Amino acid sequence: MPRSAPHGAAESRLAHALDVTSRTVLAAVGGYIAAALTTAGLARWLPLPRVEAVMAGMLVSFAIYATVAIFAFAVARTARVWFWTSVYCVPLALALYLSMHGGGA
Amino acid sequence: MNGGLRQSMAWLHTWVGLLLGWLLFLVFVTGTAAYFQDEITRWMQPEVHGQRNIEAGAEGAIAYMQQHAADAEQWSIELPGPRAVATTAFWKEKGETFAQWRDHAFLVDGQGQKVDARDTLGGWRLYRMHFDLYYLPVLWARWAVGLAAMFMLVAIISGVITHKKIFADFFTLRFGKGQRSWLDGHNLSAVLALPFHFMITYTGLVTLAAQYMPWGVAAAYDNRAAYYADAFGADESPKRSGTTVPMASVTAMIQKARETWHGAEPGYIFVPVPGDANAVVKLTRATGEGMDTRGETLTFDAATGVMHERPPIRGGARETESVMVGLHAGRYAPLLLRWFYFLCGLAGTAMVATGLVLWTSKRRVQLPDPERPYFGFRLVERLNVATIAGLPFGIACYFMANRLLPVEIAQRPNWETNWLFIGWGVLCVVAIVRPVKRAWVETLSVAAAGFLAVPVVDMMTTDRGLFASLWRGDVLFASFDLMMLAFAALLGFCAWKVHHRKEGVRLRRKKEALA
Repeated sequence: MPRSAPHGAAESRLAHALDVTSRTVLAAVGGYIAAALTTAGLARWLPLPRVEAVMAGMLVSFAIYATVAIFAFAVARTARVWFWTSVYCVPLALALYLSMHGGGA
Repeated sequence: MNGGLRQSMAWLHTWVGLLLGWLLFLVFVTGTAAYFQDEITRWMQPEVHGQRNIEAGAEGAIAYMQQHAADAEQWSIELPGPRAVATTAFWKEKGETFAQWRDHAFLVDGQGQKVDARDTLGGWRLYRMHFDLYYLPVLWARWAVGLAAMFMLVAIISGVITHKKIFADFFTLRFGKGQRSWLDGHNLSAVLALPFHFMITYTGLVTLAAQYMPWGVAAAYDNRAAYYADAFGADESPKRSGTTVPMASVTAMIQKARETWHGAEPGYIFVPVPGDANAVVKLTRATGEGMDTRGETLTFDAATGVMHERPPIRGGARETESVMVGLHAGRYAPLLLRWFYFLCGLAGTAMVATGLVLWTSKRRVQLPDPERPYFGFRLVERLNVATIAGLPFGIACYFMANRLLPVEIAQRPNWETNWLFIGWGVLCVVAIVRPVKRAWVETLSVAAAGFLAVPVVDMMTTDRGLFASLWRGDVLFASFDLMMLAFAALLGFCAWKVHHRKEGVRLRRKKEALA
């Protein structure tokens, strides 16, 4: 990340490049996944007529995407961003999967 | 920690702003122009005179299609809004796609007469280029524009976080201070219209949300068709019965629609299986008749003229979406507000342009050898010239092509558009082969000359030139030509500034050398 600007050494330059790449992937892909999961979750669980819930989910999705993208570059330690994005996405993805394909209920 | 955050946000702002900045510039320029797309179209069809008349337009279009396309699969009529005159109508033969509509498109004026105007897509082409680009598959183009919009949203947020003194910056404009002036210009154009930029970016994403974020539909519906039926009403097209029945008065249906909508006008008329006993007439409310852009569609029995039951009222989320799209397109905006939209669009264009230039101007001072910058620097420098001067010149060429291309050539609207890119391409070449300072001066001058030429060419090729229009009190034609002169002046001023600045730098260097 630019915050810990590298000072010449090839090693730290590589670390910097990896850090930027990691955050970029997180912002672009992670942000999209978080937004998509939120949209899908709202579409299924908002107590509204189905078409309204779908639309409401679509409307907020870009705000979620932008928030994750900003978050990915705002937090000092990249690992922390990965951690919190996973904490948000994984249970949501599981709940969605069970809600759509789970047997029983 | 706080300084750290601001630093990373500045870094993020710089890079999301740059990477798709040139595409954003195109989106801003064409989108800004699209606020006057009806007026542009009117200027590009000087053969259309007179006042609009919705009923005469609809009746005239139907009479023409009854004569020439009685067996068509569907008739479509686009009625003129308050800023337009001509009605556009077309039909679809069985098995044809709607993409082929131009093959059967024609114009009807306010007297209900078919007009033989030059074939052009007018302002509509610039409007479509705003999100469909050109020469590219539409789906790809929209993904590219959506990605640019997402970058823009992140650039806005990170830009706001970067600027601790955002409102102090707003009152600061220092001329003739090199990089500092670019930064002031960038801050001014960005902050001045900040609510507009934020609104326009977010609502822009919303206009194509179904393409960008289809996951809610996927999670809640079995298929997309079921969703669209819920969202926009099921489109059960009637089947042909084979019995021919004359059509009831469309004027009566228009009046009935107007009554139902408390005075709002219809904008579109669709007639599936025209002439048949099962035919219906669908009247959709004009998009400019309210802030919500997704107007209601009323269905009438074509043979009897009886209105079917009205569709159910939209819920809050869909209404919000409709208003967001309406806010973006600004079709509801009356003239004064429309000019405000236009000026905000220009501010956005200036914001993107100054931001792009700022990237190079900031780095130039840090270059190890300013005479030999690294490849990425030169690339950005050249792309800036090619885009910021090139695209406006392309648009001037588009307008000139409208006047200069022979009326009878095939694919005329596409040739007008090709000339936009030919003009742009020529300036790209200048931007690459000339020394960069010279390239700026030359391309900006050529672009200024291009806009200067538009009213001249108009005067030479039509009887609706600037002086004739002023004499007749034709506000629209006169305003268009005057806007062209204003853009010529603006670009000319920029060319003069760049040229002048070069002298200034040289002088300062000389003084330093002498001292």
